[in-house]
Amino acid sequence: MVQKNTFELKSGLARMLKGGVIMDVMTAEQACIAESAGAVAVMALERIPSIIRRDGGVARMSDPRLLKEIQAAVTIPVMAKVRIGHFVEAQILEALKIDFIDESEVLTPADDEAHIEKSKFKLPFVCGARNLGEALRRIDEGAAMIRTKGEAGTGNIVEAVRHWKQIQREIADLTKENLKEKALEYRVNLNLVMEVFKTKRLPVVTFVAGGIATPADAALMMQMGAEGVFVGSGIFASENPSQMAKAIVQATMNYDKPEVLAKVSEGLGSPMKSLEIDKLDTKFAGR
Amino acid sequence: MKVGILALQGSFAEHASLLRGMGRDFVLVRSLEDLQDITHLIIPGGESTTMVKLLKSFHMWELLERRMKKEELRILGTCAGAILCSYLGMDIDVDRNGYGAQQESFSAELESKQFPNLRGVFIRAPRFKIKSHPQNNPPSPPLFKGGGIKVLAMYKGEPVMVEQGNFLALAFHPEIAGEKRIHEYFLK
Repeated sequence: MVQKNTFELKSGLARMLKGGVIMDVMTAEQACIAESAGAVAVMALERIPSIIRRDGGVARMSDPRLLKEIQAAVTIPVMAKVRIGHFVEAQILEALKIDFIDESEVLTPADDEAHIEKSKFKLPFVCGARNLGEALRRIDEGAAMIRTKGEAGTGNIVEAVRHWKQIQREIADLTKENLKEKALEYRVNLNLVMEVFKTKRLPVVTFVAGGIATPADAALMMQMGAEGVFVGSGIFASENPSQMAKAIVQATMNYDKPEVLAKVSEGLGSPMKSLEIDKLDTKFAGR
Repeated sequence: MKVGILALQGSFAEHASLLRGMGRDFVLVRSLEDLQDITHLIIPGGESTTMVKLLKSFHMWELLERRMKKEELRILGTCAGAILCSYLGMDIDVDRNGYGAQQESFSAELESKQFPNLRGVFIRAPRFKIKSHPQNNPPSPPLFKGGGIKVLAMYKGEPVMVEQGNFLALAFHPEIAGEKRIHEYFLK
């Protein structure tokens, strides 16, 4: 019997991305730069988070024409973002045969009560999380991959570190005795909490996103146990995107080899313009 | 025998847990030194463009080519790993993502004499075509006529598991399906 669109196939694609870097790109040309630098996938969008922050206004799914151009330009998987809760944008991405959907807080939420019922879709979804409860609710809804939210478009890694540590801490705090209570608190299926308790990890591939601006940032998150990284504005808002992209790919692979990290970090020019979290008007992570 | 799993990117942890379940020793190959003395290399699923770039930027590609030429190494490649087999000299042409985008990813029963009831998990999988071979001149049809090529499994009449010399290439992922028989065969 031939089966399609099963959770095995959706989460399986996420497994193929492990150890890799997923890069935000705004044009087909940038997608080619990302692919030739060794990105495992590209996130196609009209505006990278730092520009969304600068320009303000409602941020939505990208123009299908741009997505098609990017799909035609590369052979690696193409991901694209939809607004939180905007299931019609997700239907459109499915019609376009995008490979992976990011239900993303970087775009302006469409529904402040509910996320998309992701298990109803053929395509795999990745979602952001700040803590274990958020991560498990998204998985319960059908997400095949989780990433930290971090604070996108800031070039500041502190929120990604905070979210990563929070998730790990809450996993470590699960005990045989508190599983029921936690399932209620997190508003998820008890089996899911039990699985996390048993395996001491989320049941899907977990990447880090939000604020990665240098090769050292990527390596930091990998040493902390991340399975890969999303780099949003960090590449195409830096002085030398092609070199920065290559350096971050090599740093992600050689995350535990400081001599290699030293070498790849050399002479990259200035990273993206960065922001202090306290001074932000809008925090995406709270969405 | 010393078994290595290429662990630059992709589903290497899944291959590792499969080998652990079989009670097999292995090393994770992440540097040039790790490649020197292994006899068997498993190249996992992942992104072939990324893997090739990383292998080349750390001079591992040249060593891999050299050791394959000298017949010192056997390679099991799954999905992206199979694409690398073709780059390293195996007589198969691979059409990357030949079955289509993620929506076309599928799992299905395969036709195989050696491995009955084999289920293949295909994720943005490459499609294989066996290259024609001078020994089989004229090469018509080119399919199944490569020199010394054995087709070990097929899906809808097309080869999806192919062995030639020291290469064993799979379009699917036994490491995702938890299928151990192919690894047993490779390490025999």
